[in-house]
Amino acid sequence: MKRLLIAALSCLIIAAMALPVMAAQTLMMATTTSTANTGLLDDLIVPKFMKDTGIEIKFVAVGTGKALKMAENCDVDVVLVHAPAAEKAYVDKGVLVDRKELMYNDFVIIGPASDPAGVKGMGVAEALKTIAQKQAVFASRGDNSGTHKKELSLWKAAEMPVPEKDAWYIQTGQGMLPTINIANEKNGYTMTDRGTFIKYADTKGGNPPLVVLVEGDKVLFNQYSALAVNTAMCKDAQYELATKFINWMASPETQEAIGNFKLLGKKLFIPNAK
Amino acid sequence: MEYLLQGFIQGFKLLFSGNPETYSAITTTVYASTLSMICSLSIGVPLGFLLGYKTFPGKKVVRTMVDTLLSFPTVVIGLVVYAFLTRNGPLGGTGLLFTIPGMSIGQTLLGLPIIIAMTANAVESLDKRLPMTLLTLGATPVQMMWATVLEARYSIMLAAMAAYGRIVSEVGISMMVGGNIKWHTRTITTAIALETGKGEFAVGIALGMVLLTVALLVNIGAAGLKKRAVQ
Repeated sequence: MKRLLIAALSCLIIAAMALPVMAAQTLMMATTTSTANTGLLDDLIVPKFMKDTGIEIKFVAVGTGKALKMAENCDVDVVLVHAPAAEKAYVDKGVLVDRKELMYNDFVIIGPASDPAGVKGMGVAEALKTIAQKQAVFASRGDNSGTHKKELSLWKAAEMPVPEKDAWYIQTGQGMLPTINIANEKNGYTMTDRGTFIKYADTKGGNPPLVVLVEGDKVLFNQYSALAVNTAMCKDAQYELATKFINWMASPETQEAIGNFKLLGKKLFIPNAK
Repeated sequence: MEYLLQGFIQGFKLLFSGNPETYSAITTTVYASTLSMICSLSIGVPLGFLLGYKTFPGKKVVRTMVDTLLSFPTVVIGLVVYAFLTRNGPLGGTGLLFTIPGMSIGQTLLGLPIIIAMTANAVESLDKRLPMTLLTLGATPVQMMWATVLEARYSIMLAAMAAYGRIVSEVGISMMVGGNIKWHTRTITTAIALETGKGEFAVGIALGMVLLTVALLVNIGAAGLKKRAVQ
């Protein structure tokens, strides 16, 4: 029994040795899969922030829903997300403060180039209705992410119930790129943010089997914002670092760098900090 | 098919080019799984010994429980460990969430039932005359345990290999508790999940091959140890 205790203790000691490493200046961030999958964070934000301020960013890429939940659980200091309505709900709850809009791109509805349901060039509401009528396959994230929340709001705006149980409506429960791939395998449609779509087109050598069919509708605007975790709710949250990060993101220099972040010669995010 | 071929080529390139990202993932994988193995062996072997050696009321129930835990899904372990380690959770003060030791706690829980069950089996199937002989030689309980464990060392090594295989290949715990943070908690398996999520299937396959190579090296090492032990 004694040996067992010693073994368990030594395990804890090894674990504790890793703690001082955590004490260095690191900002914990929860963000959406789109900022991570496009390479914006790994290739631009994280190294540039380190260079400019000496602060390391550790980010966890999950859907917006989970990112906000992680903030509520005090596991992160700052969030970078894209679901304004949900963000406001967390601000009202007092979990998050200092919401700052940083950049945007837009959502698009993509589908096979052959366009089996014939929705090319339609408005969003009309396109969704047509897809439902023709029972063409539509892949939904179904994971409570920012994109999923947006999609649900579009069905609502089209005055249709969410086709939760219809066979042609597939809920993947996965990130954006896997969902696009599933839509492609099933010769169907899906809604995605433009940044992820360009990344997808890039992995397909600039010649993707799914193409943008519906775009430019005002409702498809996709705003990204950063919010700091409220120290009143999480006393250990590093509010100062979070503020530094948010202001740095909004600074003219970083905003320009975000605007210059391109794949296939196309901007993935358009800076719009005020 | 193209993915596979590209993956093979890229896998060799990744392994031999010294790509820092890949090596960071390899180090993290090896560090985390070694830490987990040390913990599950040092806790699991004594417990397995007790379970196989001693008779006590409710032993059958405990055996059944341990056997059931063998098929514990890694995402459920990940979820439970996350719930405990989150700042607002009971162990939130330890700051272990999103760290390698945090991941190791989950992986230890994954490895423990395998070590316990297989050690118990090994101890039970030893020659029944062994404890008698040891007792007549005047062994203390601790000496008894060491002698028995030493006698069962090959079976225990087998248990360790089985546990290692499960620990090194799991993704649910590493993803949920580790958070897949680049340079810190990104293991080979979570990197594969990420790359597949990014649509980079070839990189995913390449990393899969890297993981297989790591497993192969560990197995060769273990086989070498066993050979030396036999001689």
